[in-house]
Amino acid sequence: MNLAVDLQLICFVVLGVAMIAAALGVVLLDRIVYSAFLLGGVFLSISGLYILLNADFVAAAQILVYVGAVNVLILFAIMLVNKQEDFTPLGNRWLRQGATAVVCGGLFILLATMVLATPWALDTTVVIENTVVQIGRHFFSDYLLPFELASVLLLMAMVGAIILARRDFVPEGIDPLTRQEALTLPERPRELAGTPSDPR
Amino acid sequence: MELQLQFFLLLAAALFCIGIYGLITSRNAVRVLMSVELLLNAVNLNLMGFSNFLDPDQIKGQVFAVFVITVAAAEAAVGLAIILAIYRNRNTVDMEQFNLLKW
Repeated sequence: MNLAVDLQLICFVVLGVAMIAAALGVVLLDRIVYSAFLLGGVFLSISGLYILLNADFVAAAQILVYVGAVNVLILFAIMLVNKQEDFTPLGNRWLRQGATAVVCGGLFILLATMVLATPWALDTTVVIENTVVQIGRHFFSDYLLPFELASVLLLMAMVGAIILARRDFVPEGIDPLTRQEALTLPERPRELAGTPSDPR
Repeated sequence: MELQLQFFLLLAAALFCIGIYGLITSRNAVRVLMSVELLLNAVNLNLMGFSNFLDPDQIKGQVFAVFVITVAAAEAAVGLAIILAIYRNRNTVDMEQFNLLKW
């Protein structure tokens, strides 16, 4: 996969600018739904950058997992907690945000200095063509244990998410009169747990 | 001018800093989760850059990136479940009001 060099650079600049702009939108916009859709834009741009880095399998996995699953999950969460609430303003909000911006800018300057000052031991051997075969070989030889642990982790996350997110059902004492109705569940949804007593 | 490793590292550093800024300043709990996803994606971009430029024949960085994507998916599912549970409990998603552990 060798595009022309200039075309690679143009693609990199376009994708990078799109990614940074969408990420700023995710952080700075007020409407959270816009943020969620812009997050999908960030994921798509990063997938394009992966293709520029000769990683076709991971680019496809990025689109499938992030855009297809994580972004949709976040949209579901936004719609489930769709409460139009205006947050009570805090004091010194600009001071907090300014201090955070200064710290993040300083961190970026530090990282950029480190990146530009380090002599990277670049390896310019030929890029392998078929990354899927190589990744699969890694998965089933020297990364077999992490691979299996990842599957167990996904199972645990699935069970944990279901247990955390479902509503609690309190089984009621089974009434002998209603026992004949075999199709009704002997459960009822519990009342919502306590609302905040003192919203500060 | 060819693509360099430094370009990708700088881009990942910028994305990481934006993610940290969002993580600290945002008050909506769902937006905090989105910022965590930004952080994980920045790290992934670093891994892929190193994998392509420093280790092009044994692409171990891509293997690590796949693991990071897996863990990020699990983290998103559990995190959103926690947000739903605490939203039912406190009836808000404001991070400033999640002070259950404050004495």
